[in-house]
Amino acid sequence: MIDDSLMRFEEKVSYSLRSLYKKYGYLPYKMSKFEEYELYIRNKDFLVSDRVIAFNDTNGKLMALKPDVTLSIIKAGEDIKGVKQKVFYNENVYRVSESTHRFKEIMQTGLECIGDIDIYDIYEVITLAARSLAEISDDFYIEISNMDIVYFVISSVCDDKKFVSQVLKCISQKNAHDLKKICEEYSVEFGGYKKISSLISLYGEMGEVIEKIKEISDIPQTGDLITLSNLLCNTSLSERIKFDFSALNDINYYNGFVFRGFVKDVFCSVLSGGQYDNMMKKMNRKSSAVGFALYLDRIDDLNRQMPEFDVDYLLIYDNSTDVLKLSNKVNEITASGFTVSTQKSIPGKLRYKELIDLTKEG
Amino acid sequence: MLNIALPKGRLGEKVYELFEKAGYDCPSIKEKNRKLIFENKEKGISFFWVKPSDVSIYVERSAADIGVAGKDILLEYKPDVYELFDLGVGKCNMAVAAKKEFRDNGMRVLKVATKFTNIASDYYAGLGRDIDIIKLNGSIELAPILGLSDVIVDIVETGKTLKENNLEVKDIILPISARLIANKASFNFKREKIEKLISAIKGQVENSD
Repeated sequence: MIDDSLMRFEEKVSYSLRSLYKKYGYLPYKMSKFEEYELYIRNKDFLVSDRVIAFNDTNGKLMALKPDVTLSIIKAGEDIKGVKQKVFYNENVYRVSESTHRFKEIMQTGLECIGDIDIYDIYEVITLAARSLAEISDDFYIEISNMDIVYFVISSVCDDKKFVSQVLKCISQKNAHDLKKICEEYSVEFGGYKKISSLISLYGEMGEVIEKIKEISDIPQTGDLITLSNLLCNTSLSERIKFDFSALNDINYYNGFVFRGFVKDVFCSVLSGGQYDNMMKKMNRKSSAVGFALYLDRIDDLNRQMPEFDVDYLLIYDNSTDVLKLSNKVNEITASGFTVSTQKSIPGKLRYKELIDLTKEG
Repeated sequence: MLNIALPKGRLGEKVYELFEKAGYDCPSIKEKNRKLIFENKEKGISFFWVKPSDVSIYVERSAADIGVAGKDILLEYKPDVYELFDLGVGKCNMAVAAKKEFRDNGMRVLKVATKFTNIASDYYAGLGRDIDIIKLNGSIELAPILGLSDVIVDIVETGKTLKENNLEVKDIILPISARLIANKASFNFKREKIEKLISAIKGQVENSD
């Protein structure tokens, strides 16, 4: 029997997520800690951080400690018509920390749905992302965007690669003032600027955003957006799911729906995901894919209450104490459900509820 | 409560005036004492002064929901925040300056002294120019005078210091002004309050234009 109180918050979350994902037919995916270094070098922009810990294996091959799980799942899978590979994972990955700039071991949970993906699969993955956040906190939000819609609107005004990349950056920052300057530099007419800048204000309740999108222009992907919105509105978590077209990801890898999740009292997004058909193509896979990763290290700030005491009893003894008496006392305390630490002197930092000094007892 | 980080100094004072005129005043901020945080419970806001280069850190880490930071700081540190509005104050330029007689003929590695190493690197990478960056923390103008560097990359407001030291602006990298930034998570959880504040500030800036 596992004592819940001994588990860290992220461990508890990780266990509940496993049972959640299994309910929807996602199977656990276990993999080696190592992967060929070349895989990451070829796809370094896909990684959160492009630096990896590399080493030579005994056969001389250059290997890396995994900084990412998705690439390995894509690499190992195969394309079978009509079949979907549904997996979840809970693995340690090794990345450079954004704050210390040193390598760090990070516990990451996530799931991937790869194969003949349709709008239902996207809905299912987003719902599971929302349910994953609900396991962490009641107060959370999922923001959904659509890369194809954003790209369609921008490229209908100007499809210069540099222009698109600069505009995407402004949209992701909700930065209308610099967007205006970029449009001026590229001699985009005012109407074109207005069309692109309207993407910045596309956030809020799903229905509200759909109405705004209809006003921008005739966007072919709006149908999928409406279907997804109808499906999500049918769930109990619909109030926690919004559209926000500034939630973007790298266009070289992601397409279609992308999303990210926030929980209250955590300063950054704790979940990130979306469709990554472009990445699949780069790795010579024919299937489509959608998935997400939950960064459990980022929820470390939650549930930080320290227990008042480290142990219930501190048992002090010395070399003259009868060992049988000591052992009986320990058994008596632990059998009553309390915790005990046996010591020969009082440790300075140990916080205990009660002290029993066997050296003073007769 | 909406937590607001303001940059210490003249710019911060000017920005606070904008907040005050927009109805987000906090009278205790003008009291002369050693308090670090100033609250107006009725208005649901709290202000604190931090070093200008730290504002984006406070906002990125959501110690502040919103803040005011110069575009120079945002480009240099690239914090993951929303850049919601150009306040149009604290206007200056990020520029390349050198001794008046200096000409860059591109024949050798250019020695660049600056506090803004990322901005300088990005700028010269865009030009395909090979440079040697010398990171300094202050008195940047001394570097070309003493031969430590060929040029400097720094903020130029009036150009008076450059002129008095026989230096001049050679190129303007980009114009700088103060931006209202917000934490991405806070924007979700305090969206209405943030939007209301931005709309009031926008109105104030547009009125003063």
